[in-house]
Amino acid sequence: MNILKTTWLAAMLMLFTSLAQAADLTIEITRGSDRATPIAIVPFADGDDMPQDIAQIVSDDLERSGYFEPLERGAMFARPAGSEEVSYGEWRALDVRYLVAGRISREGDQYRIQYELMDVSGESRMIAETVTAGRQGLRDAAHYISDQIFEEITDIRGVFSTRIAYVTSSGVGDDTQYALHVADADGRNSQQILASDEPIMSPAWSPDAGKLAYVSFETERPAIYIQDIASGRRVRATSFEGLNSAPTWSPDGRRLAMALSKDGQPEIYVMEIGSRDVRRVTNDSSIDTEPAWSPDGRSLLFTSDRSGGPQIYRLELDSGQAERITFTGDYNARARFAPDGEAIFLIHRGSNGYQVARQDLESGRLVALSDTGQAESPSVAPNGTMVIFATQQGGNGVLGGVSADGRASFRLPAAQGDVREPAWSPFLN
Amino acid sequence: MQLKSHARTLAIALSLAVVAGCSSTGGSQDGDMDGGLAGSDRDGVSTGTADGRGVSGDRAGQMTDADGRIPATRTIYFEYDSDAIRNEFEPVLTAHARFLRANPSATVILQGHTDERGTREYNLALGERRAGSVERYLNVQGVSPSQVEVVSYGEERPAARGANEQAYAQNRRVVFAY
Repeated sequence: MNILKTTWLAAMLMLFTSLAQAADLTIEITRGSDRATPIAIVPFADGDDMPQDIAQIVSDDLERSGYFEPLERGAMFARPAGSEEVSYGEWRALDVRYLVAGRISREGDQYRIQYELMDVSGESRMIAETVTAGRQGLRDAAHYISDQIFEEITDIRGVFSTRIAYVTSSGVGDDTQYALHVADADGRNSQQILASDEPIMSPAWSPDAGKLAYVSFETERPAIYIQDIASGRRVRATSFEGLNSAPTWSPDGRRLAMALSKDGQPEIYVMEIGSRDVRRVTNDSSIDTEPAWSPDGRSLLFTSDRSGGPQIYRLELDSGQAERITFTGDYNARARFAPDGEAIFLIHRGSNGYQVARQDLESGRLVALSDTGQAESPSVAPNGTMVIFATQQGGNGVLGGVSADGRASFRLPAAQGDVREPAWSPFLN
Repeated sequence: MQLKSHARTLAIALSLAVVAGCSSTGGSQDGDMDGGLAGSDRDGVSTGTADGRGVSGDRAGQMTDADGRIPATRTIYFEYDSDAIRNEFEPVLTAHARFLRANPSATVILQGHTDERGTREYNLALGERRAGSVERYLNVQGVSPSQVEVVSYGEERPAARGANEQAYAQNRRVVFAY
């Protein structure tokens, strides 16, 4: 496996150096969780200058999740490179529950990263693993290590190796430029996959993470496109008269739900991607839009203003029956299911403006999660632990993230321009 | 597990190289996926070359003939969360209706816009409702439905930036694009 990996990474190195990197997003942790587990990630012993600080990437990943509170490096009195160098009592005295240590050696253009995860109170080793990567694969290697540590301790699969898609705009008025990007979940390694001087909207990942559906106005009318990320090939899936908007993929990857207004006002339709047949599934004189599939593929959430203002409804596809499910406040829109199907995340207008909120489906209780008043476009991590969304900071659109319990939050600002409409990828494998 | 992850990253990198290579020569993006893009699609579409705007009268040259000129005021504004035509803009709509009746070959796109508050896709629907309100007004005044098309941009093409009522008011609009 390492030999294969070497080949891949060497090829990647050549490609990446030949491509202009788009401006990455940079993580800023804005609030740590008060229930986070203390962990120490000791800087890895590396001998040479490393192009990436592996331990810092792992630390940032774990902190961003809201599940962990990494010990500051300045508070570390010892820097063990492996479990044989650890004095557990000294780490217990710092109230650290878990300890990560590692060492990196270089073999040619390959980096060999040996790391260990230790349980401080049990004085036991939980993981000991060696990961090999080339220079360009070091961040991926660090995210892989974060995933292993996160899952070992929490029993929840980590999402640090997943990706995000998002839309940027820069310039003003008629000179505005729009672009669609794909980046690592921490905002780094961003790559532009589409650019246009007409708006781009609503990126949505296929369940296998291989394709994005989105809306582009490049023909001066909105149309839904499906783009294969690996090949860059794409097709126009719909270009009906009127709205072609809000595509979302069914869990089996065979259908797209979308909002079309070809028959009058916006309604929800389901398209069989293979045949391009579209079937209308709502019928109401109001606006129906923003569909989202349940994890079992049998129902759709959507936003409708049939009650006078936007509220979330749930449509059972077999029966065609739609039932209103949000009743808190006068503006609830653009809902997405939690991966377990037991809660929804949505935009709720409350006393503090437009916020990301979570509503438990059984109790109906709605809780605001984000603290800003201009939130849009929530997208749930595939393990359900975090939500990424669009918000504003200093007059610019930025991405924000919040843990599903609202306790931890972060920001992902861009160096310039507006960033919005984040879409969190499924697991990549 | 990790290998697959790297492989996918590589695939993305490869595709970018392909796209970069194609953007100047154009036109291979539709490939062999079923359906394909219409042949009329412009080149370099994956790297973004959508040309032309049609925002403000770029076809006006065809129309300024003996039957009169396109009315100069081509934008009307709306109240928050409303698609009602404000009284002050009725003369604007009447002027456009008169022009369109007098020029049956003229067509107009009514571009509906909203302010930035609320969700993007819902705003796209609200923008369509706003432009649809203007369309119905024109139809009632005798304009042929075949002369009028509605395209909503929602909050995607703001006329003014800023999170304040002054900017919001400039953005809640319908533009007559001939």
